[in-house]
Amino acid sequence: MAQKKLGLKEKYQLMTRGLDWETTYQPMDKVFPYDKYEGIKIKDWDKWEDPFRLTMDAYWKYQAEKERKLYAILDSFSQNNGQLNISDARYLTALKIWMQGITPAEYNSHRGFCMVGRQFRGAGARVACQMQALDELRHAQTQIHAFSHYNKHFGGFHQAMHMRDRAWYLSIPKSFFEDAMTAGPFEFVTSISFAFEYVLTNLLFMPFVSGAAYNGDMATTTFGFSAQSDESRHMTLGLEVVKFVLEQHEDNVPIMQRYIDKWFWRGYRLLALVGVMMDYMLPRKVMSWAEAWGIYWEENGTALFNDLARYGIKPPKYHEIATAEKNHITHQAWTVFYTACPATAFHAWLPQEYELDWLSEKYGSTFDRYYRPRFAEFARIEREGGRFYTNRLPLVCQTCQVPDFFTEVDNPMKQSIRQYEWQGMKYNFCSDGCRDIFAHEPEKFCQAYIPPQQIYQGNAGGARTLPEYAAWLKCEFGKDSGEYYTSEDYARWKAMHGGNDTTPSSAAA
Amino acid sequence: MSRDKVFIAFQTNEDSRPIVEAILEDNPEATVDEQPAMVKILAPGRLVVKRSTIEDKIGRDFVLQSIHINLISLAGNISEDEDEFVLAWHQA
Repeated sequence: MAQKKLGLKEKYQLMTRGLDWETTYQPMDKVFPYDKYEGIKIKDWDKWEDPFRLTMDAYWKYQAEKERKLYAILDSFSQNNGQLNISDARYLTALKIWMQGITPAEYNSHRGFCMVGRQFRGAGARVACQMQALDELRHAQTQIHAFSHYNKHFGGFHQAMHMRDRAWYLSIPKSFFEDAMTAGPFEFVTSISFAFEYVLTNLLFMPFVSGAAYNGDMATTTFGFSAQSDESRHMTLGLEVVKFVLEQHEDNVPIMQRYIDKWFWRGYRLLALVGVMMDYMLPRKVMSWAEAWGIYWEENGTALFNDLARYGIKPPKYHEIATAEKNHITHQAWTVFYTACPATAFHAWLPQEYELDWLSEKYGSTFDRYYRPRFAEFARIEREGGRFYTNRLPLVCQTCQVPDFFTEVDNPMKQSIRQYEWQGMKYNFCSDGCRDIFAHEPEKFCQAYIPPQQIYQGNAGGARTLPEYAAWLKCEFGKDSGEYYTSEDYARWKAMHGGNDTTPSSAAA
Repeated sequence: MSRDKVFIAFQTNEDSRPIVEAILEDNPEATVDEQPAMVKILAPGRLVVKRSTIEDKIGRDFVLQSIHINLISLAGNISEDEDEFVLAWHQA
């Protein structure tokens, strides 16, 4: 008689459960020393339900299929000089920031999931985290491969890992991931899988990868969609861990609420880099940051938190501030990039007329009043043969480490700045959200590596000038950094296109 | 049942075309949002992907988990077995 094939649920149960045991040679609390100190109470790990029932054989099979497809396209991209098809080389600033800021974060995420894949007492949670650790390493690798072709032709792609640990603007993603990696396992999973990869991921991948598609970047588009399917598993892990923890004990609710509040806010601040990418670095526009925030937070986030309300979870603290800021932060951030680009490893420039018109249309309530005049002034300086640079290091927030360009939501002419005194030192923050995070764990955040302070203290290899700083970052001042329209990238781009700079004349693809 | 939107998004290619068609057939309130290289299907409260409907369209056996190959993203709580993949929001 033919054996009846196991159903998906039964097969998954047999292959991923019952392989662990209660240790007798050492007490369980010594074997798993980190999963109780956060105060999270788990009564029954067997209640963990895997949202996707992927056994390792299915995992390998589908991931291998995705890799075959992805690398075929990356090979084709490389062989056919795909870099020629992007809209224009300004677009590459977005990819440089990705490679410098996000790719090392994928590697950090891999390490973080390796750690929690060991630390959770429940086998189901460990299996899910171990698979995610593989996915994150895959993302680091596939990004490096996808961008490697651009590295042959353009600056800024060549030393991401080295720069990431040193450059002032890269401490934004660096501190985000290191904050998570140095937290307990439940906070780590809430911060990355839930807050970053569920609540906020669509704000990175969906609009930006579409932006890559609109701007002719086949390599990034393909990588992005291939990675995002892994992300769908990560998202569901994030949602599952939050639901599981909330269902296990009512004492877990305030702890999880605090994690959700903190990591929504840290994630939102990190996404300022994405918003400014969308609004200023894409020659052909997809949608504005304000529009993306409207869809992926105001609509989607509402649905998620309506669902979680049954556990007693409220929408994240200060989310209304994030929504109120949506018409401002990208213009403020681009001002920083435009004026500070000599100290970075990417290029910046003034928006073209068609882009200013698009911004005026998309940001009707703020752009013409507060920001277009600023760009007009920078343009006047350029027409007269100058170029405005800040020539100063910014004050960055002690928690999120973003330069404090933020303004009060009821007054865009007033800097948003908060302070907190602790053990005789005064700490500066961009917002109540960041100050609250510090106030809860001052012993942790007082140790933050703040690049402008470290540079002034001589800890950036003793650099005292911009060329010395660039050298310490393993970059070439003026080649990897600075104004786009006087850069080698721009000259090379025109040479590749018969002397034309191919700037689009309109925002539409 | 919640009326908040769930969604599922696939890469736009010939493998995902019958999957998208199956979803639209099985979910009368679903709508399609086409973006560059991506197709997104939204539905109020609940969306089901059925293996049998996909098999009808492609004329061969189909392993439902293989939607992973072209899946980009989704929203909603997941319930999965060999025959159906369901996304749903629950209400308080």
